[in-house]
Amino acid sequence: MGFKILARDDITSESVRMVVAAPHIARKCEPGQFIILRLDDKGERIPLTIADFDRDAGTVTIIFQKVGKTTFHLATFREGDEISDFVGPLGRHLDLGRLGTVACLGGGLGIAPIYPKVRALKAGGNYVVSVIGARRKDLVILEEEMRAHSDEVFVTTDDGSYGLHGFVTDQLKLLLEEGRKFDTCLAVGPIPMMQAVCKLTAEHDLPTLVSLDTIMVDGTGMCGSCRVTVGGETKFTCVDGPVFDGHGVDWVEARGRQCRYVPQEKQALERFEKERGSK
Amino acid sequence: MAGNGNKEKPAKKKIIPEKFPMPEQPPAERTRNFKEVPYGYDVETAVKEAARCLQCKKPVCIGGCPVEIDIPAFVKAIANEDFAEAIRVMKAYNNLPAVCGRVCPQEDQCEKVCVLAKKFEPVAIGRLERFIADYDYEHNVAPPTEIAAAKGKKVAVVGSGPAGLTAAGDLARMGYGVTLYEAFHATGGVLRYGIPEFRLPKAILDQEVEYVKSLGVKVECNMVIGKVFTIKELLGELGFEAAFIGTGAGLPRWMKVPGENLIGVYSANEWLTRINLMRAFEFPEYDTPIWAGKNVAVIGGGNTAMDSVRTALRMGAEKATIYYRRSEKEMPARNEEIHHAREEGVQFDFLVAPDRVLGTDDGWVRGMELCRMELGEPDESGRCRPVRCEGSQLEVECDMVVVAVGTYPNPIIPETTPELELTKWGTIKVDEETGMTSVPGVFAGGDIVTGGATVISAMGAGKQAARGVDAYLAGK
Repeated sequence: MGFKILARDDITSESVRMVVAAPHIARKCEPGQFIILRLDDKGERIPLTIADFDRDAGTVTIIFQKVGKTTFHLATFREGDEISDFVGPLGRHLDLGRLGTVACLGGGLGIAPIYPKVRALKAGGNYVVSVIGARRKDLVILEEEMRAHSDEVFVTTDDGSYGLHGFVTDQLKLLLEEGRKFDTCLAVGPIPMMQAVCKLTAEHDLPTLVSLDTIMVDGTGMCGSCRVTVGGETKFTCVDGPVFDGHGVDWVEARGRQCRYVPQEKQALERFEKERGSK
Repeated sequence: MAGNGNKEKPAKKKIIPEKFPMPEQPPAERTRNFKEVPYGYDVETAVKEAARCLQCKKPVCIGGCPVEIDIPAFVKAIANEDFAEAIRVMKAYNNLPAVCGRVCPQEDQCEKVCVLAKKFEPVAIGRLERFIADYDYEHNVAPPTEIAAAKGKKVAVVGSGPAGLTAAGDLARMGYGVTLYEAFHATGGVLRYGIPEFRLPKAILDQEVEYVKSLGVKVECNMVIGKVFTIKELLGELGFEAAFIGTGAGLPRWMKVPGENLIGVYSANEWLTRINLMRAFEFPEYDTPIWAGKNVAVIGGGNTAMDSVRTALRMGAEKATIYYRRSEKEMPARNEEIHHAREEGVQFDFLVAPDRVLGTDDGWVRGMELCRMELGEPDESGRCRPVRCEGSQLEVECDMVVVAVGTYPNPIIPETTPELELTKWGTIKVDEETGMTSVPGVFAGGDIVTGGATVISAMGAGKQAARGVDAYLAGK
């Protein structure tokens, strides 16, 4: 008995959105939480942010980028197919409350996890300035949704094909240099992006929250695969996070730990592509 | 020396002083595979071993068993080659005999108090338990288990480890409608993620779980109770009249020394879960990756440390060493595990503890700085406290470290059930008699109550709580 995919669309050439029937999770989940899925009996367990949910329809939306074996494999699943295991909601619910003016930065696929937070912030009466960025125009995701729930939206692209030519940090820097004041910054994206944002916001004494996407196995605090040093203390992303004070994160350690299975991930993906090619 | 001048009590039969040996996979061969180490008794050996039992009038072995199996009765049935009767007796007390026959520390329980053990080796009760369970799975001789008429009351069991499986099985037999919730995608708890294939084949565990399901237990995996439903919701809108919490001690304890987050440092839980539950030893056939070192250091002296170090050898380590802060005598691991590890080439370094894990510039483990220890006064555990020998620091090389220094109770349910009373260690407080917590109708047992202990003590707690639930619901 698996979890049925009710809708599926390619939102860019690299990322896919799926709406999954998971009524128990939809009933309980909150912005900032994640699920862990396993595709089949031989699958690995990977965490994915809950990008959206509909309590009445009993659905959870996930958005993922095709980066490794599991995500490429999942991208081949169609409407009506079932995902073997789908567990959640995991992680701490991020109760942002009333913060004031908030800069929300989403880099690449980091836009997917920041979107539910933007929505919650806006609904909570905050003034939301969103900055979303991608490598090129066609990889910018959820722009419409972000515009619907932000007071201002800025877009950046690495190649200049849309919006500001540069990174999300460049846009934030411009805003800060213009004298714009923010009470809090929220940044989600690849580690180098979050690290760069934190370096910039530290210079401006701007409190910054980041959401980490570490390697996990169980997602319930059992294994410590996802551990990260924050403020000199070891934290588990799965149960203490995934949101942490970005200025306290040991980014060098986090980056190293995130890359520790790169050769195996490459091997698994090559094997998967070869198998699919031969079919 | 039969009949040697003992006129008052003529020996009825000649006592065979030693257990019949159980054949095993040779060490050199088994360190290259994940197959089970001991093969188990064949029928002939089992019958001969069972005949060693004295059939004491007042059997003390039963009191040595946390689930009070009628040991003389099942052993006698094996001696009489009445295997259907033997398994019937066994299953009247124990829902998981194939598991217990493999992982119980019999040497500290039933076999320790066996009357034969005063002069000779005790009856190999554990091996006989395993024999009869395996015989039944192969030949299907057990009579159908009696299940009481349905009581029309629902009970939720949270956690499908040894405590939960036992409580669920017993409650189902009493006629309750039982739903067993498991957070992982597969049942078994520590039996699945913790104990390696070479000690407890997962096919054996699957059979035991199937048996529990055959009693009418409904299993729901992928349910993290506390997150998806709280205990309060189980007892409220979900309509359960009682709940049993058996969520174990799944949280890894760390050494709290510098370098513990270097790449190549695993908690024993991560190392074993990747391999046992996720089957990373079959990567890339299975998707979960693992990085296994060639020169592996395992910190700790319990069964989990032994499982971790023996697994490291099977994952291709050329050198695998146990570093333990007390001496061999204080090691909590079973003798059999230590013996098997030695046979397989595991090295032991006693009275030593890491001060830091040393890393390369790019964040991988390259060694450890250790400090020698000596034994001081006994601490609250009754074991001698290790005391640092300052100035004795030394460096050792290794490329992987497994931290197996114990676990904490899993906090997800306590955190989401604020009305549960806890001890200062974070374990759940229960009534010793009934297993009931401070919340009426909510029971708990196993490692979530005791902290890290044994499979069989968790099963004993599951059994006791099932009786507690029954008494509570009968009076309701």
